[in-house]
Amino acid sequence: MPDLGLEVLFKGKNLMRILGGLGVALKISLISVAISILAGVLVGMLMTWKNPISRAVTRCYLEIVRIMPQMVLLFLVYFGTTRIFGWNLSGELSAVIVFSFWGTAEMADLVRGAIISIPIHQYESAAALGLTGMQTYRYIILPQTVRRLIPLSINLITRMIKTTSLVLMIGVVEVLKVAQQIIEANRMSSPNAAFGVYLTVFLLYFAACWPISMLAGYLEKRWR
Amino acid sequence: MKWDFIMKYLPLYQKSAVLTVKIGVAGILLSILIGIFCTAAQNFRIPFLRQAANVYVEISRNTPLLIQLFFIYYGLPKIGIRTNAEVCGIAGLAFLGGSYMAEAFRSGIEAVETVQYESAYSLGLSRWQTLRYVVFPQALSICMPAFMANVIFLLKETSVFSAISLMDLMFTAKDLIGLYYQTTESLFLLVIFYLLILLPVSLAGSLLERRLRYAGFGT
Repeated sequence: MPDLGLEVLFKGKNLMRILGGLGVALKISLISVAISILAGVLVGMLMTWKNPISRAVTRCYLEIVRIMPQMVLLFLVYFGTTRIFGWNLSGELSAVIVFSFWGTAEMADLVRGAIISIPIHQYESAAALGLTGMQTYRYIILPQTVRRLIPLSINLITRMIKTTSLVLMIGVVEVLKVAQQIIEANRMSSPNAAFGVYLTVFLLYFAACWPISMLAGYLEKRWR
Repeated sequence: MKWDFIMKYLPLYQKSAVLTVKIGVAGILLSILIGIFCTAAQNFRIPFLRQAANVYVEISRNTPLLIQLFFIYYGLPKIGIRTNAEVCGIAGLAFLGGSYMAEAFRSGIEAVETVQYESAYSLGLSRWQTLRYVVFPQALSICMPAFMANVIFLLKETSVFSAISLMDLMFTAKDLIGLYYQTTESLFLLVIFYLLILLPVSLAGSLLERRLRYAGFGT
């Protein structure tokens, strides 16, 4: 049995530190998720408007987010704004800005898809019954949209949690950075720590995302 | 904006863009293979392989590429599996992409209704002919949007490779920012090169989707 370097985890407060790092990552992703869902619903409704200007703007926004890697956006906000505007954003704030910007677009696209998947006769029937535009949205469209939307947006949450691991690259001390520090600190006493510690981080991310994915899959089956 | 700086480091960006594309394409091709393999195992209900494919898909979909790469690049050498950064990058991308491709293919095949199989059998087509002439063309058409989204997603994910010191676009940009403090120019080149790689793929994807949108016609 080769030395897997797992003993490092139980030295001092190492395990707690790793969990704390995961907490930082989860905090960033949950704040961004909350912002993205709220803003995404609004932008998504905007996308279904027939107005050519709002269409062009949202289309461009979506295309930028679709094409640019999140890492590039992180670099643009973290390094770019400092140079161009002289702002001094912290790593966490840049991460929240970027992930909200990205998540809003993804969420908006899901909302748009859910709204246009509602057949036209639903609107027509509502109009025939004498409902106003607002009432149609409130009582007919939104309840149906939400059912289609919730499983998809839960999936988006796991994707945002996974993407948060990128904040390592702009100097936020999250779970992977803590793991690196622990491995560095124990380089002499347990040279194989990299295996055990990274495996732990791997499993922690899995433990954070898997239940959420399962929930999404369950709801999708149930509400079909 | 200093144009002489941009001109001076353009070749460096070109080199790293080529590397990014090379690894991206290799990883995507491998992930398509893994995806086909997993879908086949799940669809034909091959015992053991099917469960293995399910476990693989869950693990790979619920962990970030960055962590997978760190584990492959820094963790595995400790138990004697040693490779270079490029192989790690391709392996990581294939490990991540395989499950996404498998999900896309599976959703395509599942969307083909039972009545299609029954009609094919009643026309006297064999099992293989049914798959070849009836199911695959429809499944291909249905899974195309998800497939193209995955290709773009995987190409975007290559930006993570700088973490395992592969000289990709991200690495070059970070390096130049660190060395010369020419942040604006370095980031400008970075954005331009990613646009050059991803915009054509995105456009080609929309074209392909439109060409292949024949399934479900008339429903």
